[in-house]
Amino acid sequence: MAETTLRNGRARSSSRLEQGLVVLGILALLAAPFFVYPILLMKMLCFALFACAFNLLLGYTGLLSFGHATFFGGAAYFCAHAVKVWGWPPEAGILLGVVGAAGLGLVMGFFAIRRQGIYFAMITLALAQMFYFFCVQAPFTHGEDGIQGVPRGFLFSLLDLNQPLNIYYFVLAVFLAGVFAIWRIVNSPFGMILRSIRENENRAVSLGYSVANYKLAAFVMSAALSGLAGAVKAIVFQFATLTDVTWQMSGEVILMTLLGGIGTMVGPIVGAGLVVGLENALATSGFPVMIATGVIFMACVLLFRRGIVGEIQARWNARRESRSGNKAHG
Amino acid sequence: MTTIFGIPIQAFLGQLLLGLINGSFYAMLSLGLAVIFGMLRIINFAHGAQYMLGAFVGYLLLVNLGIGYWPALILVPLAVGLFGMMVERLGLSRLYGIDPLYGLLFTFGLAQAVEGIFRYYYGVSGNPYSVPPLLAGGTNLGFMFLPNYRGWVVVASLIVCLGTWLLIEKTRLGSYLRAATENPRLVQAFGVNVPLLLTLTYGLGSALAGLAGILAAPIYQVSPLMGSDIIIVVFAVVVVGGLGSILGAIVTGYMLGLAEGLTKVFYPEASNIVIFVIMAIVLLLRPAGLFGRDA
Repeated sequence: MAETTLRNGRARSSSRLEQGLVVLGILALLAAPFFVYPILLMKMLCFALFACAFNLLLGYTGLLSFGHATFFGGAAYFCAHAVKVWGWPPEAGILLGVVGAAGLGLVMGFFAIRRQGIYFAMITLALAQMFYFFCVQAPFTHGEDGIQGVPRGFLFSLLDLNQPLNIYYFVLAVFLAGVFAIWRIVNSPFGMILRSIRENENRAVSLGYSVANYKLAAFVMSAALSGLAGAVKAIVFQFATLTDVTWQMSGEVILMTLLGGIGTMVGPIVGAGLVVGLENALATSGFPVMIATGVIFMACVLLFRRGIVGEIQARWNARRESRSGNKAHG
Repeated sequence: MTTIFGIPIQAFLGQLLLGLINGSFYAMLSLGLAVIFGMLRIINFAHGAQYMLGAFVGYLLLVNLGIGYWPALILVPLAVGLFGMMVERLGLSRLYGIDPLYGLLFTFGLAQAVEGIFRYYYGVSGNPYSVPPLLAGGTNLGFMFLPNYRGWVVVASLIVCLGTWLLIEKTRLGSYLRAATENPRLVQAFGVNVPLLLTLTYGLGSALAGLAGILAAPIYQVSPLMGSDIIIVVFAVVVVGGLGSILGAIVTGYMLGLAEGLTKVFYPEASNIVIFVIMAIVLLLRPAGLFGRDA
């Protein structure tokens, strides 16, 4: 009885701590554009949302996709084309990007979930490469030039997105909504089933769940949210290029998630911030980003597979366990 | 003029030959992937980087030390194989027994780092590597003109594939390898040094990639990008063939190379995606792959 109360008390205090941290984080993001270059911040937010969406699949369903650039870059193309060529308002363009990415996710997921583990990774990589070749040849993407000069326009015909603060808070709102959606998905009964698939697929099958459908649903959701990040990025930077559909981009989002912590809520955000910040710093130094990311990749896998946030959480939990253990004995 | 399906026979056979040459490289590379996967249960993403490394080591030997093609054919696989063994000892060996996806991620990072280094020092443009004098020129086969070097590549790749297959299926070392694939602990209990066997296997796989690289150097330009360009295609080949069988990997490699060549004749726009399309079709009809036994 005492044991249960203790545990409940602990759970409450830790969740209060977490809530406090989340509020602090949001406040910091609200204040950030007054201290840091907003374009860099918006890039970080777009990639953070992308990494969180990727983590929904890798961290909570246990599926490693090597093709997520398709959804990120594909949505950027759809959105940029709709806004620039068809003159759609930004919110409609973003919506098209999300729907398009979900459609691509449905197709890629349909093929990829037929195999597991490393084959799943290789299939997604191959299909993403196919989409890359499509983007190279399709006329609407304008090949190497990409779609440039995409107008930011007025959000809901009201808010002028050309104002730096307006677009920053718009991006922040999208980011928070996206992360909240992921948090809701992960902590719903649906999310629990996804986790059970990650932990033991065969057992999930034997419990009567149609694992394939759940995997496909998770894949499409992850793709749609990646698309949201990509479409918003196209509005922010006013262009969509081939860079966003390359396999390097798929690798980058894996790195962000791995570095921050696979299967943690905050990890991908931290990882994305660090990777984008590092790239930004390296861009002026002349040191090739590719070598840096490659080395970080290897170091992560060898030294701290739980990622930065994952390691902190694990140490924190271990410390608390040992403390409460002492208390119980004393 | 003779035609096949309305296409001049010369063009038809020329593309078929080109497909056969691409197929030779697909076969050699997917063979190496299958050898490594069989023992280490790891997908070697760095295989493309090691292929590129092979071509570059050959190029640098020639430019800096004046060592030509034929010695390079021995030296390059040795160098790349040693590099592979080092990678296995320092990195991969720490990842056995955990989720194989970490091996894929580690080798992905390695591939990026290696490609990044060569991009940094040599740029992204290709460097020419000339055909050795012995194989310069071509032979008129009557129906078409065959450059000697390309003929040699097809023959050499067949020898390499057959040799590796014989090594694994017919020799004592190969029997240890196959046994260790089935049950490493039992084999270790019999006194076989399994960790050494793993290191050698990864070295062998890397050496195969390096050899493919030096064979490719005179045909394609020696460029830092050559590895990542080909590895994704080879992954698709591996998905089609399945990694369960060495022979399956070889046959699938040649078949898909030829399929690519044929597509170039009939519908050139689709030639760089045809292998991915075939992969998708195979996934629909036979999800385990053409030769797949594994789940």
